[in-house]
Amino acid sequence: MYAQLVDTGVKRLKTLDEMSEQERAFQAKIDAEIKIEAKNWMPDAYRQTLIRQISQHAHSEIVGMLPEANWVTRAPSLKRKLQLMAKIQDEAGHGLYLYSAMETLGADRDTEISRMHAGKAKYSSIFNYPTLSWADMGAVGWLVDGAAIVNQVVLQRTSYGPYARAMVRICKEESFHQRQGYEMLLTMMRHGTQAQKDMVQDAINRLWWPSLMMFGPSDEHSPNSAQSMAWKIKRQGNDELRQRFVDQTIPQLELLGCTVPDPDLKWNAETGHYDFGDIQWDEFYEVLKGNGPCNQERVATRKQAIEDGAWVREAAVAHARKHHNKNAA
Amino acid sequence: MSDWTLFEVFVRSKHGLNHKHVGSVHAADAIMAIENARELYTRRSEGVSLWVVPSALITASSPDDKEPLFDPADDKVYRHASFYELPPEVGHM
Repeated sequence: MYAQLVDTGVKRLKTLDEMSEQERAFQAKIDAEIKIEAKNWMPDAYRQTLIRQISQHAHSEIVGMLPEANWVTRAPSLKRKLQLMAKIQDEAGHGLYLYSAMETLGADRDTEISRMHAGKAKYSSIFNYPTLSWADMGAVGWLVDGAAIVNQVVLQRTSYGPYARAMVRICKEESFHQRQGYEMLLTMMRHGTQAQKDMVQDAINRLWWPSLMMFGPSDEHSPNSAQSMAWKIKRQGNDELRQRFVDQTIPQLELLGCTVPDPDLKWNAETGHYDFGDIQWDEFYEVLKGNGPCNQERVATRKQAIEDGAWVREAAVAHARKHHNKNAA
Repeated sequence: MSDWTLFEVFVRSKHGLNHKHVGSVHAADAIMAIENARELYTRRSEGVSLWVVPSALITASSPDDKEPLFDPADDKVYRHASFYELPPEVGHM
């Protein structure tokens, strides 16, 4: 999940009796699956929660370009390079769809971006891990985008209209990301040298657990889940989505001929699901706190990009002004 | 970039269809808005024509006006073709 631990600012759900008339009418719309649109009345906490979640989601798409950018100049062929650049451009696009959706709530894009740069707004924990080999490009596409799809498919039904519509567009494009990643790994496993096969297994070993962490902590440890679910911002629990991801991914893993670094992983015929081992949540919380392997580097790179682009933005404004004056004359 | 104009983007997906709202972009001027919209909304042949309109120039109906604006149409079923029952021998009309 690209949005983790989104604070709702709500300690406990209000009962219908405790709600104002406006709040009751709002909740009735949500319950009737009527989408909330930008101009509709909404509780302030709903608006703030959405701004936090959508901005975090947008920041994740933007920071998510960086681990992949690491390999553009070293892609093994022109075909792979073009594919990777197309994928990275999609991530930029996803970030922009989401920032636009966020702006419909009255939030300011530059303000939210500077909050991320100041460490006050988060992005997904997964992008704080390094991409050490070319096989990571395949594993990121397959596992990371795969996990994102499981989450985002559900978010297409989220209660806020502009967010839901951005998700529909994003989901269409993510499926290319996942397939290109998997195809890349499959090519290496079927036609590669032993060293290339080892590289694939190594990438999976490093990215497997961080991918499972993307869904966020267990529901009983997610203090904001109840309110987000009641508002239908969130539609399904973290554990349920994580299980769905594991169930759909393991057969693909077996087809690759690879394994995951989890001795407890096994098919459970009784439940019809895969059982898997305990997740190291300490690591997750450390990464969120800013202590992951790449946190500082990621934020520094983003800041630098904004600073380096300042002259381009200034030039664009000067150019627009000049043409405006010429047309007016 | 927040100080740039916000433009709403409309895409005609195929010849013969209406332009449809798809989202928004920030840009320094309208020409740049078209260029940005092209990169953002038509990377996979989603369109054959683009419109961009400064968001501030759009006048929208207010959600509070939904009832006075749209409810009067609800009880005028006689405006629909299906309201008029004709015998089968008339055939398709």
